[in-house]
Amino acid sequence: MNKIWLIIKREYVTRVRNKTFLLSTFLLPLMIVLFIAGSIFLSVKSEEKSKRIAFADSSEFFKPLLRNDSSKLNFVFDKTIDTVNYTKKGFDGFVYLDDSANHHFVLRTPKAASMSTISSIESKLNEAYQNYQLQKSGIDKAYLDSLRKASSRYFSVDNKGDDDKIVNAGVNYAVGFGSGILIYITMFIFGAMVMRGVMEEKTNRIAEVMVSSVKPFQLMLGKILGIGAVGLTQLLLWIILMSALSLVATAFLPADIMSQVQQIQNNPAVVNNNAAQFNEAAKLMANVSSLNWPLIIGCFIFYFIGGYLFYSSLFAAVGSVVNEDPQEAQSLMLPIMMPIIFGFIILSSNLNTPDNDAMFWGSMIPFTSPIVMMGRISTSPPWWQLALSMVLLIGGFLFTTWMAGKIYRTGILMYGKKASWKEMIKWTFRK
Amino acid sequence: MNILELQNLKKYFATQKAVDDISFNIAQGDIFGLLGPNGAGKTTLLRMITGIFYPDSGEVVFNGRKFDPINDTAYIGYMPEERGLYKKMKIGEQAVYLAQLKGLSKADAMSKIKAWFVKFEMESWWNKKVEDLSKGMSQKLQFVTTVLHEPKLIILDEPFSGLDPVNANLIKDEIFSLAQKGSTIIFSTHRMEQVEEICNHIVLVNKGKKILDGTVKEVKNEFKENMYRIGAAILPEDIQHPAFEVIKHKPDELLLKLAPGTKTNDVLQYFISKNITVNTFSEVFPSLNEIFIKLVEGTKNARQFQEI
Repeated sequence: MNKIWLIIKREYVTRVRNKTFLLSTFLLPLMIVLFIAGSIFLSVKSEEKSKRIAFADSSEFFKPLLRNDSSKLNFVFDKTIDTVNYTKKGFDGFVYLDDSANHHFVLRTPKAASMSTISSIESKLNEAYQNYQLQKSGIDKAYLDSLRKASSRYFSVDNKGDDDKIVNAGVNYAVGFGSGILIYITMFIFGAMVMRGVMEEKTNRIAEVMVSSVKPFQLMLGKILGIGAVGLTQLLLWIILMSALSLVATAFLPADIMSQVQQIQNNPAVVNNNAAQFNEAAKLMANVSSLNWPLIIGCFIFYFIGGYLFYSSLFAAVGSVVNEDPQEAQSLMLPIMMPIIFGFIILSSNLNTPDNDAMFWGSMIPFTSPIVMMGRISTSPPWWQLALSMVLLIGGFLFTTWMAGKIYRTGILMYGKKASWKEMIKWTFRK
Repeated sequence: MNILELQNLKKYFATQKAVDDISFNIAQGDIFGLLGPNGAGKTTLLRMITGIFYPDSGEVVFNGRKFDPINDTAYIGYMPEERGLYKKMKIGEQAVYLAQLKGLSKADAMSKIKAWFVKFEMESWWNKKVEDLSKGMSQKLQFVTTVLHEPKLIILDEPFSGLDPVNANLIKDEIFSLAQKGSTIIFSTHRMEQVEEICNHIVLVNKGKKILDGTVKEVKNEFKENMYRIGAAILPEDIQHPAFEVIKHKPDELLLKLAPGTKTNDVLQYFISKNITVNTFSEVFPSLNEIFIKLVEGTKNARQFQEI
């Protein structure tokens, strides 16, 4: 036991001290935040400045209809302007009727106009024409505008669980997908790390020195647990960093949204009575914080550990049977990667129906359960299902570790040729 | 007292009888040579002694009791032929780690390593990484990590390969002093001149079977061919006698093969009667190299694959 502890410590310390660990731990959350902040910043920044568009309207049909209420476009009706002189007169573009039968206009610009400019001109024209037709059929424009101004939502529907809490399918979807994909990625990253560690020991020929001091199984287990501890450390640091950063982010949210969030949290019923009062963002925030986070984070850590232990021992077995050639590892890794990828496919294609058969079986079978169960966790699956899935996963990793230990014991000292599947099965069932 | 007794060890692989019924004993304090051509089964034998492999049948008795790989490995130091160290690890930390795995406490390991590093002039290496070392340097480090925990049984597989004569002598002296302190050393090699110099007991294996066992002296006696070397100031050309045959003739030295039943004094008598002044007269023993070649040569050189 003491020896396993020494091995775990070495695997952990050498990796945590590594610069790449520090970089990936602190840079990844920072990069995610920067990415989100950057895309928000850019989408705000990229608002185009107002454009002056000359409009050739000889019949003066559009002049009373087109309103310059948008800050983006500013239509000017001036009969002296044509396709030649519009730039000289300080216009960004010139719109003229090209084919009246087909209601076709042309926007003349010195350089290609942006997609949004074209589509907003188009919608302006269509809106104007629609207004014209409504007026023609006797509908009062002022009345129409007042209808348009009011929220188009007269009714709203919320989903409530039996515990009288509002369920937000969108938030569930996002949480399920996010945690599923995180488990999927970490299983690959840390599984491959175990495999490379084993291959390093084999090709460096240190394995022989080591197994003259410790049992091969201890060596394998120490490596798996040590790297698992590295992964757990990294995950916990990510969770801490992300929640710290999101706290910082909420501090920047407008105060009135925050007070609304509090109001909803204190008395969810108010939302129903006056839905229109509440900002969508506030509702979303309230929904996110009403999720059972302790359960989600607890399950995430359990399924991360369980899934990691289940697969990393298989990766260790693969690492022990290959030689220097990484190509050999590729072909042996494929059968291990398939169920992981399959689990991800189940998750992503059935996330909208978290209770169907594919999700149920996927969340029970240990090969896919770490990924699929995380997709269901925010919809609170029945307790017995969660318990059964966990028990099966524990049984599963005990079995894979036992099997991998048998293969590892022989493989780590075999040099020369790559072991075939048949040989590996023989090693497994040998005493 | 025997520190190690191997009793009818067998280990078969899929297509090879790697070790096929081998038994021998090694006494405490011996420097024991395990010899054999490539593929004779030496490494497999050593791996069974170190507890890496379990024998298919037969028994290893270590220190008077049945060998228990889990607890007894603390008393064994094994330096495999293929050297292995963690390349990215600092040398000092690596030595401490390997010593701790052998059951030493950290403080104990530190003080022992420091003493060895001083002895081998390696003090400045502590914070270097293994990948910075030359082959000979990492060989020295590997030797230190092998003997650090003062094992009762030290197993060295080709310990001198890749070392220059100065460093080889350094290690050789350490081997002698370790043996003097009571450690037993198993030494596996196919470099016969080293065996002759260092070992007092040898076993020769070939194709998984033991074909020779004894002290170096016994083995040489067994294979001697009644050859004598005689040195004199001046030797005439016409030396002939029914009691011996001249194998080699140099101006001041002769190599003689005595006929069976001839006494050495008869030979000397002949030279005295011829009035030749004899300076030296000594028996010529075959070198281990010659014995090795003689024993192994007749058999098929390479191992053949076979069904078992």
